[in-house]
Amino acid sequence: MELYRAHVLVCAGAGCISSGCQAVKSALVESIDRLGLQREIKVVETGCMGPCDLGPVIVVYPEGVFYRQLKPADAVEIAEEHLLKGRVVERLLYKAPEDGKTAVTSDQIDFFKKQTRIALRNTGIINPESVEEYIARDGYRALGKVLTSMTPEEVIECIKKSGLRGRGGAGFPTGLKWEFSAKAPGKPKYVVCNADEGDPGAFMDRSILEGDPHSVLEAMAICGYAIGANQGYVYVRAEYPLAVQRLSLAIEKAREYGLLGESIFGTGFSFDVEIRVGAGAFVCGEETALLASIEGRRGEPRPRPPFPAQEGLWGKPTVINNVETWANIPPIILNGPEWFASIGTEKSKGTKVFALAGKVNNTGLVEVPMGTTLREIIFDIGGGIQGGKQFKAAQIGGPSGGCIPARYLDVPVDYESLTRLGAIMGSGGLIIMDEDTCMVDLARFFLEFVQDESCGKCSPCRIGTKRMLEIVERITRGEGREGDIELLEELGQSIKSSALCGLGQTAPNPVLSTIRHFRDEYEAHIYHKKCPAGVCRALMVYAIDEEKCNGCGRCALVCPAGAVYGEKKKPHRIDLEKCLRCGTCMEKCKFGAIYTI
Amino acid sequence: MSLVTLTIDGQQVQVPPGTTILAAARQAGIRIPTLCYLEELNVIGACRLCLVQVEGARALVAACVTRAAEGMVVHTSTPAVRHARRLNLELIMSNHPRECLTCLRNTSCELQQLAAELGVGEIRFQGEVSPYEVDDSSPAIIRDPRKCVLCRRCVAVCEKVQGVSAIAVQERGFDTVVAPAFLAPLGEVNCVNCGQCSLVCPTAAIHERDETEKVWAALADPQMHVVVQTAPAVRVSIGEMFGLEPGSIVTGKLVAALRRLGFDKVFDTDFTADLTIMEEGSELIHRLQNGGRLPLITSCSPGWIKFIEHFYPSLLPNLSTCKSPQQMFGALAKTYYAQKEGIDPARIFVVSIMPCTAKKYEAGRPEMNSSGYRDVDVVLTTRELGRMLKQAGIDFDSLPEEDYDAPLGISTGAGVIFGATGGVMEAALRTAYELVTGATLVSLDFEEVRGLEGVKEASVNLAGTELKVAVAHGLGNARKVLDAVVNREREYHFIEIMCCPGGCIGGGGQPLPVDNEIRARRIAAIYQADRQMPLRKSHENPAVQALYREFLGEPLGRRSHELLHTHYTPRERF
Repeated sequence: MELYRAHVLVCAGAGCISSGCQAVKSALVESIDRLGLQREIKVVETGCMGPCDLGPVIVVYPEGVFYRQLKPADAVEIAEEHLLKGRVVERLLYKAPEDGKTAVTSDQIDFFKKQTRIALRNTGIINPESVEEYIARDGYRALGKVLTSMTPEEVIECIKKSGLRGRGGAGFPTGLKWEFSAKAPGKPKYVVCNADEGDPGAFMDRSILEGDPHSVLEAMAICGYAIGANQGYVYVRAEYPLAVQRLSLAIEKAREYGLLGESIFGTGFSFDVEIRVGAGAFVCGEETALLASIEGRRGEPRPRPPFPAQEGLWGKPTVINNVETWANIPPIILNGPEWFASIGTEKSKGTKVFALAGKVNNTGLVEVPMGTTLREIIFDIGGGIQGGKQFKAAQIGGPSGGCIPARYLDVPVDYESLTRLGAIMGSGGLIIMDEDTCMVDLARFFLEFVQDESCGKCSPCRIGTKRMLEIVERITRGEGREGDIELLEELGQSIKSSALCGLGQTAPNPVLSTIRHFRDEYEAHIYHKKCPAGVCRALMVYAIDEEKCNGCGRCALVCPAGAVYGEKKKPHRIDLEKCLRCGTCMEKCKFGAIYTI
Repeated sequence: MSLVTLTIDGQQVQVPPGTTILAAARQAGIRIPTLCYLEELNVIGACRLCLVQVEGARALVAACVTRAAEGMVVHTSTPAVRHARRLNLELIMSNHPRECLTCLRNTSCELQQLAAELGVGEIRFQGEVSPYEVDDSSPAIIRDPRKCVLCRRCVAVCEKVQGVSAIAVQERGFDTVVAPAFLAPLGEVNCVNCGQCSLVCPTAAIHERDETEKVWAALADPQMHVVVQTAPAVRVSIGEMFGLEPGSIVTGKLVAALRRLGFDKVFDTDFTADLTIMEEGSELIHRLQNGGRLPLITSCSPGWIKFIEHFYPSLLPNLSTCKSPQQMFGALAKTYYAQKEGIDPARIFVVSIMPCTAKKYEAGRPEMNSSGYRDVDVVLTTRELGRMLKQAGIDFDSLPEEDYDAPLGISTGAGVIFGATGGVMEAALRTAYELVTGATLVSLDFEEVRGLEGVKEASVNLAGTELKVAVAHGLGNARKVLDAVVNREREYHFIEIMCCPGGCIGGGGQPLPVDNEIRARRIAAIYQADRQMPLRKSHENPAVQALYREFLGEPLGRRSHELLHTHYTPRERF
C-alpha cells in the first residue's frame, strides 16, 4: 500500500456534482501532476459531505482544512499554495454567516460540530467506490462478528435492545420486524432495502447509497443471517443513476471479496443482493407497493395485514427496511445495543438524518441525535433563516407530514412529539419556511404532489385528495367559500381514517396541520380575500404610488391586459377589473412605484 | 380446526380461521355494503365502502379484506363508520355522470342502490371528472370510463377467470382508468368479446353494444322477412329479467314473445346445434379413422375462437372447421330456407337471440357470408331482447306457450344441452356412439361431463376404442387443458371448450346478476328441458334428416363445406 503525505477529499455527492465538482477535481489533479506532487498527495472522491449550499467542497487532510464554493481556478491556487507550500488559502475558507468568523477545519463549523454521525459515518469520508476504504473503517467487521460469534437470535435480540426504529417514516421497531420474519413460516425468505426515496427535497438515502453503499449491503447480509434469508433486493429509483452505479459496483466488489455470495467467510452462510430499479412512482416507497413492483406488477399498495414480515415478496416472509435504517445496523452490532440506546430519547433511540432545505442559511444533510430540538437544527446547525427573516414554520415528513410553527421550536424532535403536533418524523425531509411563505399555498403544493402520486386504487385517496386540492385551489384563487375550512377538515379526517395505505392515510396531513396551526391564514384568504404572505397571485391588489410614478408609460406598455392607463408624464393607474395580477408591471417599473396591497 | 370467536355489533360470531369480517357479518345476518368486492375474485379493499370499526385499530378497516381474529370487537354502524362510508360514496359519485334516468343500468345499477341505501343526500363536490371518452371501437363491448367506479371487478374477471387480461388499470391518481394497455381501443386488442366484464360491472361502464334499434327498424320494414333464432341458453334465463326464478324454463313464452314483437318466423338455434353434431361428429369420426389431427376441439364458442387465434395459434388445425350453430343457421336461412319458401334472400333479415356478446363479433367476421349475404344480420343478447320486450309492453309471464316454426325450429334435446358446459360433448357422444357402434345407447346421460367443475375428463368406449375426452369452460380452464395438450402431459381425442364459466348459460349477454348458484340453476333447467324433449339425439332430428336429403346431401359434403364450415386466422397476442 502506498503512503501519501496528504489526502484531498473531493465531495462528489450529487449536489456537488451539479455545482461543478468534477471540473474542480480535474483542475486539482492537473495541478498536482504539473507540480509533481502525484506521489505525495492523493485525491479521493467521496460521497456527500452534507453542506450542499457550500459546494463544491473539498477537505485537505491530515489538517482537515475545509474549502468551499470552489471554482477550477481556486483548485489551482489550493494546489500551489496549500499542497505545495503549506499555506492555507484563507479566502476560500468558510465564514459563519452570523459573525463572519473564519473556520479553518470542518470541526470548527457549527454545521458539523453539532452533528452525531452514525448512519453517515463514512459518507463524505471514504471513497464509496473502494471496498478497501470501507473495510478500513471497520466495514464488514460487524458481518464477521455476527457470522462467527452470534446466533441469529442474538442478532435479533441485539437490534431489539438497541431500540432502533424504522427510519422510513412510520418508526416501527426494527428488531421486532426481524423477529416476526424469522419466526414466520414459509421459505425462502427475503431481505429488501427500500431506496425509493421520494419526498420532495429529501435525499438522505441517496447520499448513503452514493457515499457508503457497502454499509447497506453489510446490514442486509446481517439481517439475512438473522432471519434465515439468502437473497436481498435493493429497490432504488431510476432517478438516482449515481446511486445505482455505485451500488452495482459495491455489489460486484463485495462478491469479488467473498463478502456476498456463497459461504461468506467460509461459514456456510450464503447471501446475495440484486438491484431492482423503480420507475419513480412515489407510492412505490410504500412497502407493499414496492414489493408488487419488484414482482413485476403495477406498483400499488395492498391491504395489510398480512404484513410483509409474514407474507411479503412472492408471498414469503420479507424484511423490508429503508436505507438509513440499514446504515445503522453495523455500528449497533459492533458497538453494542447499549451504546446505541444511550443516544436519543426514551422512545426514540439513536440519530436521525434530515435533508435540511428551504429558507435556512446552511442547507444540506445533517444527522442529529433524536430529541434534538428544531431550534438547534435550524439555528445552530442550519445557521438561521436566510436574509435575517423570521422563521415561520418547518414542514417535516414531506407530503405525509405536517408543519410545525415557531412556537414549538423547542420541542424535541422524536417520533412521539412530532405525531402529537400533527406532523410525522417521515423519512427526514425538513423544509424551513420564513414569513414569505403562504401556508395555504404550501398545503396546495403538497396536496398537488400526493394527488399526482396517488396510485388511484382506493376511492378516498384517488378522489378525496382531488376534491381537497380543488377546494384549496379555489381558496388560493380568492374563490373560497364559507364552510370550505370545515369541509377540508371533514374530508381530511375521513381520508385519514379510510384510505387503504399509508400514503392515503397521511395525504391530508399538510392541509390539516396548516389549518390547525394557521387557520387565520385560511380565513384571511376566504373571508377577506387576502393572502397575508403575499404569495397567492389572484389575491394581490396592485397599485401605483403617485408620488413615485413619473408617467414613463413602461407599465402600460407591458401590461398584457391593458389594465394600466394614464397620460404621458403623469401618474398612471391600474384598472383592477382588467388586472390579471401577473406582476409584470411591477417587475418592469424602474422607479419602484408599483406595490401590492 | 378450532373456530375464531369475535363480536360484531354485540353479537358473538364463530367462524373458521381466515374468515373475513365481511363473511362473518353476513353469517350473523349483518349487512355491510360492498362495491369492489367480488367473492374469491376481487378482494382488494379498494372502494372503502365496507369500512367497519375494530376496537383498538388506528383507522377504520375494510371488512372485505380483514380477517376475523379471536376476541376481535367489530362495530359496523357507528357514526364514524356511517360517515366514512357515505363520504366515500359521495366522492365516487362526484366523479360519476348523473345520467341515471337515461342510463342502460337504470334500476339495475349497484351504485344507484348503494346511494339509496347509504343515504347520500347531496353531492357537495363539483370538480373535475374522469377525462376519458366512450370507447365504442368493439363490435360487442362498449367501455364508458366516465361511469367507471374503478372497482376493478372486470379486470379481475378478465385476468383470473378468462386469462386474457385485455383490460387492466392504466395511469394513476385521478387519471386512473381501466383500459387496454397503452389505452388502445378495445376493438383493436386481444379482447375476445366474452362480455364477462359486463356481467360483473356494477354500473354501465362496460356493457354490450345495444343493437335493438336495428331490429326495431327491420321489424317495421314491410319489405323484410325477419326471422329470429334463439340460442339454447336463452330459454332458461330470460325469465329472470321479468322476475322469474333463475332456472325457469320459458321456451314457449319466449316463442310467443318473439311473435308478438313481429318476427315473421321464430326458429331455434337448437336446430343447427343438432346439425353441428352431424357435421362435427362426422369430422371426429373422419379424423379418428384417417389419422387426422387430434385432439379435435369444438368451435361453437366465438369467444373461445378468438382466444385460440390470439393465444394458441399453433393449435388452430385442431379446431373443428364447423361454424357455430348461429352461423350455420344464418347460412341456411338465406339459402335452404329462402329456396324452400321462395323468398329472395336479399329480403331475409336474420336476427339471433344469444346469451353471448362475442356472437356479435362472430356475425361480423368477413368470412361469415357464405350465403352470398351477411349470414346473420343482427345479434341481440338476452338482455337486449329483455329490454325490447319491456319497450313493447309485453307482459312476459302471462304469455301463452307457443311452438317454434318449422323447419328451422325443430330440434332435439341434444341441441338444448349445447347451452351448458359439457353439452356439446354429450350431444356428440350420443350421436357418435350410435353412428360408430350401430347400437342404441342405454343411458343418454353422460354425467362425467356435466357440472361446474372447471375441467372435466371422461373416457368412452366406442366400439373397442377408448375415446378420451375433456371439457373446459372459462378460458382460464381452457388454458390448463391446452397447456397440458401442448406439453404432451395429456392425450385427448376430443375436447369441448366453452368460453364462459358454466357454458353459454353463463354467457356475457345473460341477465344480471350471475353467480355460481344461478349458473347451477340454469344448467339444471337445461338438462330438464333435454329430458322433456321427445327426441334427444341429433341424428334423429327429422328436420335435419330432411335438410340432408333435400339440400346438403351428406355430412362433410361439398355443400356442407361451402355453407357450414369455416377457417381461422392466427392473431397477435396483443
